Amino acid sequence: MIELLGWVPFLPFLGFLILAIAGERLSRRLIPWIGAGSVGISALLTALIGAQFLKGAMPPYRLALGSWMAVDNLSVPFGFYLDPLSMTMLFVVTGVGFLIHVYSAEFMESDPGYARFFAYMNLFVSAMLVLVLADNLVLLYLGWEGVGLGSYLLIGFWYEDPNNGYAARKAFVMTRAGDTSMAIGLFLLFTQLHTFDIQSVMTQATNLWTPGTVLPVAAAALLLGGAVGKSAQLPLQSWLPDAMAGPTPVSALIHAATMVTAGVYLIARTHALFMLAPSVQFAVAVIGAVTLLMAGCSALAQTDIKRILAYSTISQIGYMFLALGVGAWSAAIFHLLTHAFFKALLFLAAGAVILCFHHEHNIFRMGGLRKSMPLAFLSFMIGSAALSGLPFTSGYYSKHEILLAAFEVSPVLWTAGCLGALITGIYSFRLVFVAFFGPQHAQVEKSPGWRMSAPLLLLCILALAGAMLEIPLASVFSALAADENLHELNTVSAITVAAPFIGVLIAGLFYLTGAFSTQRLESLVWIRQIQRFFFSGWGMDAFYNILLVRPFKTIARLNKNDAVDSIYSATAFLSLMFHRLFSSLQTGQVRWYASSMVLGTIVIIAIGWLS
Amino acid sequence: MMLFLFYITSAVAVFATVMMITRLNAVHGLLYLILSLLAAGVLFFLLGAHFAAVLEVIIYAGAIMVLFVFVIMMLNQGQKTTDQERIWLQPTIWIGPSVLAVILFAEMLIVIVSGGNAETGQIVDSKQVAIALYGPYLLAVELASMLLLAGLVGAYHLGKPMLKKTLGKRA
Amino acid sequence: MNGIPLELGLVLSAVLFVLGLIGVMVRRNLIMILMSLEVMLNATGLAFIVAGSRWGQADGQIMFLLILTLAAAEVGVGLGLALQIFHRFQTLDADSVNEMQG
Repeated sequence: MIELLGWVPFLPFLGFLILAIAGERLSRRLIPWIGAGSVGISALLTALIGAQFLKGAMPPYRLALGSWMAVDNLSVPFGFYLDPLSMTMLFVVTGVGFLIHVYSAEFMESDPGYARFFAYMNLFVSAMLVLVLADNLVLLYLGWEGVGLGSYLLIGFWYEDPNNGYAARKAFVMTRAGDTSMAIGLFLLFTQLHTFDIQSVMTQATNLWTPGTVLPVAAAALLLGGAVGKSAQLPLQSWLPDAMAGPTPVSALIHAATMVTAGVYLIARTHALFMLAPSVQFAVAVIGAVTLLMAGCSALAQTDIKRILAYSTISQIGYMFLALGVGAWSAAIFHLLTHAFFKALLFLAAGAVILCFHHEHNIFRMGGLRKSMPLAFLSFMIGSAALSGLPFTSGYYSKHEILLAAFEVSPVLWTAGCLGALITGIYSFRLVFVAFFGPQHAQVEKSPGWRMSAPLLLLCILALAGAMLEIPLASVFSALAADENLHELNTVSAITVAAPFIGVLIAGLFYLTGAFSTQRLESLVWIRQIQRFFFSGWGMDAFYNILLVRPFKTIARLNKNDAVDSIYSATAFLSLMFHRLFSSLQTGQVRWYASSMVLGTIVIIAIGWLS
Repeated sequence: MMLFLFYITSAVAVFATVMMITRLNAVHGLLYLILSLLAAGVLFFLLGAHFAAVLEVIIYAGAIMVLFVFVIMMLNQGQKTTDQERIWLQPTIWIGPSVLAVILFAEMLIVIVSGGNAETGQIVDSKQVAIALYGPYLLAVELASMLLLAGLVGAYHLGKPMLKKTLGKRA
Repeated sequence: MNGIPLELGLVLSAVLFVLGLIGVMVRRNLIMILMSLEVMLNATGLAFIVAGSRWGQADGQIMFLLILTLAAAEVGVGLGLALQIFHRFQTLDADSVNEMQG
């Protein structure tokens, strides 16, 4: 069974090829069968491979599919590497991906670009699978750029609106900044270690480099740059909220469940390198902590349902980075897994609400959806509970583990995490209370069909019980047997559990019972200013505008005529001038020529006579 | 005596030439040109080049100038062209080229005078010329005959009136 | 010896040459230009004759002969051209025949 691993990424690629070539000529009934079917078979294959792989506690499996390029001492094979870490990612990508494809089959049904949508989605899934399965860094980079391309194409899916195009380009350019850093990191690793194979890079780095020296720090920092860009962490996070311009299933798949967690995967995959660079690893933790707080605060001020979820995604990935930074590798991957479930659930439920509610994004114009959309309400309750980390949901277990591990390293990081959990409780239940309780402001257009309901129900179950999935990651991250038995820290543990409850309580007091009024708060000027500041995502866009965009535009304006080109245009201009000069000498008048000859003769005789 | 004759003939030649280049009517100019050429022929004689003097009179002043006469006749120069020439010969037009030519003359004068003094007047008779012409200069004679042939063909071709047709086609 | 100084002969030829040159440059009538050219050729011939007379050699006269043939050919072609130009442009103005202007 495991020999069929190569088909897992290939099937969605095949689907992409068929849909891209045949396109809209296919019947609209066939398109979702190809689009979702290819991913479905991949998911089935993954389940079978996973069952076989995990049952036997097998050693990592390598599948060599041939050579991609081989030049001198550089050889990049086309090979896949399966260990529990990539197995986990495989489950997430194909499983959640399949559910989202099924959901999209109904969600995008009336869209004219139905086939195009599924083609892009399949391309994305295929690239993501290459990314998680790659056994060398170049193949990983191929997948990395492939998902970037898929993300770009899908954010700008509704390209008729120029704003969507801007959002797509913003996402592409900002992640490219990170990708460039990552590429430089890859070059550095290759020049130093002479191999691209991930496992040999890790063992060689551990053997050759002493911890904390320049080389591992530089390599880890460069890779971190790539991870930060892809996972929308500080300082490259501002593209993700704008990426919500894409269709909602895209947000669920790419900008919540899979692609944005690629950075987490990369760091987990190269964790040996990060352990050699403790300063960078600590930077990962700090980035995670700061990002989760900033994004949480921004989520508090948003009114667009998808932007709230986008900021919460940034915040949750911040938790994962925090976990990576404190060395709780498996906790990070565990949170990645549970987050994929509950965030996909939340996005899909939000998509259902948006679709059935006149494409309304503002939560303050919804209200009272509890009765008219019971399934969406249930999904949102479970999803928000898991997001906040309320006990007995999957999010609780993963987040709890992260926070306890953070306390081990630094109480400050733990405090930030707990504060973040509190804020998470507030904003997620603010969303629920505002949108689903209170008076209803508008009528629901239609109710979702089975293809949207079934994935929602399945994801509800996964969001609740996802923590039951036992993933034996310990074999990958051998270095951390220590974090497993931390649970005697009772006070810390209690506070960690209590934080989200306080958040829910605050949200309830403000938005459910009306015990406190937001209007009273908003009457204060400084509160309004803070709100505006949070709403703009801490002014990151304005910051980049001043730091990069304006100087670039100024330089572009100054160099409008292209200074370098002026050398060449000057050559052309001079030739033209000489041409004009000489052709004006050519008067066609014989007497003029004769006079010129006389003048020349005079000069020549004068020269001969004077010399 | 010889020197005296030389001065007179030179004065005639220069006078005739000045008159020739300032004439408004081409026929008058041509007559002065012939006068100038005849004066040159006398000079050749004075210099002892008798054969050249004869050729100057027969071929230059005789044959070539007849060509000019024919052409001027054919081109029907009338009062209109004389008026036109008068307009063309404004001082603003001739002053610039004349200054140039005078500078050139000054330069030549300096070169000639710096050459030093020498006497001329050694007689070179036709026999000497003929021996040299058909001895060392045989090739030059052949070349001259080719040149004349080319001139003959060119004149014949250019003189053909049928070329008018191509003009009509182009216009 | 008849005592015509060499310099005087050469100066005379230079005077005639420059006068012909002025004619070429100043006159606009093609016929007059051709006639001025004849003057210039003749002036050169005179210079050769003077030099030949100075050294008592036949080469000067031979050069004059060659100039003579050149003048004959030149006049033949030049007058043919003048005729042709007059037929085409109905004028002998050298300045208005400037179709080769750049």
